[in-house]
Amino acid sequence: MVNTIEHTESQVWQLLSTVNDPEVPVLSIVDLGIVRNVSVHNAESITVTITPTYSGCPAMDVISMQIRLVLLEYGFKEVKVEKVLSPAWTTDWMSESGKEKLKAYGIAPPLPKQTVCKPDEFQEEEAIQCPHCLSYHTRLISRFGSTACKALYQCQDCKEPFDYFKCH
Amino acid sequence: MIIMQEQTMPAEKENAQKAKIDALLHLADDSLIMGHRCSEWCGHGPILEQDIALTNIALDFVGQARNFYQHAAALLQQLPNDMALALADFDITPASITEDSLAYLRNANAYKNHLLVELPNGDWAQTILKIFFFSNYRQILFQQLLKNSDTQLAAIAEKSLKEIQYHVKWSGEWVMRLGDGTDESRERMLKAIDYLWPYVGEFFNCTEYEKTAFELDDTSIDLLKQTWLNTINHTFQLATLPEQTFGKWYQSGGKLGIHTEHLGYILAEMQFLPRTYPNAEW
Repeated sequence: MVNTIEHTESQVWQLLSTVNDPEVPVLSIVDLGIVRNVSVHNAESITVTITPTYSGCPAMDVISMQIRLVLLEYGFKEVKVEKVLSPAWTTDWMSESGKEKLKAYGIAPPLPKQTVCKPDEFQEEEAIQCPHCLSYHTRLISRFGSTACKALYQCQDCKEPFDYFKCH
Repeated sequence: MIIMQEQTMPAEKENAQKAKIDALLHLADDSLIMGHRCSEWCGHGPILEQDIALTNIALDFVGQARNFYQHAAALLQQLPNDMALALADFDITPASITEDSLAYLRNANAYKNHLLVELPNGDWAQTILKIFFFSNYRQILFQQLLKNSDTQLAAIAEKSLKEIQYHVKWSGEWVMRLGDGTDESRERMLKAIDYLWPYVGEFFNCTEYEKTAFELDDTSIDLLKQTWLNTINHTFQLATLPEQTFGKWYQSGGKLGIHTEHLGYILAEMQFLPRTYPNAEW
């Protein structure tokens, strides 16, 4: 016999993977790793727990609304979207397919290791690969890019500027 | 004995709860005013990338302010209404206690931010140095808060620390670039230190509510103070700027609601719309 709640939950995960981050539209919220939990209470009621990438991320309100719309359309009557902060979101939660999608879109995916901000590494820069020509010969232009989650780099070989999704 | 315990426990609990709400409002106000000041640079940065950097930092601060206000509002909603209204010290009675009413319907003397954060931006050196001092203070304080018995406060600190690392690094790099830069940039850095140093003492002049809510005693406050000073001096040394020590005298009062005239102007600008058009949406 099929466990209906489990069955529904896996369908909800499928649905959520169609909800995109409005600021990085090639990534779904599941790729990003911001959906922490799906809990189906019964046929009508569900709670989805999400975590923000950044405290001030303006996309969170839009994302909450989209989750609600998708689930109401699916047939839930009572949709609760809860925000949790701990454990704090990290780029390690971004799926491998998400990182590939980012790269294909022209945004360098986050490096797995956080090396920023030890006082003695002040002048050190991480080697970020250019998503266009794949050169590692790149330079940091600004630690803060077009959105809170990105930094701005330029490739020294193909000369293209590009966004880097900061590791966190 | 048992009866005495029953009588004293609620009062103690109540005091702890009051201290926690004061402390949350203090953290929220610091973040909001800092965010507002940083946002004033929007469209005025020396180059586009730095303009964007400052607005990113402003966004982080406002996001952190929202988390603190939301937590404070949730705790206030659990209290009897009279007590909650008195604690938040609203200027006009809000329809409900929310992050927005806490930000928009309290007067300057209810705000509990440090005096440092409300000072006008001044030039680029002053702005950089203010962010540098404040972010380094926040970094060591929030590391302490990770262990706090209030798990939501610890979670906000954990989240914020990731963003603060970038603020610390970015502002530190600018302190070095300006201190060890041209004669002009160095001169401006030295002036910025003279201007802001009298305000940093307030960080470590902890109020009773901070001590209670942040679970600090005199020893741990002293440790924070020393750690902060060492960090600042480490960067100043790299920047060829003079080593600093704490003086006996410093400006204070912000954490208890006694502010400079500058805060009123910020609030007038920030609060005008929600006070004039309650529940406005866009």
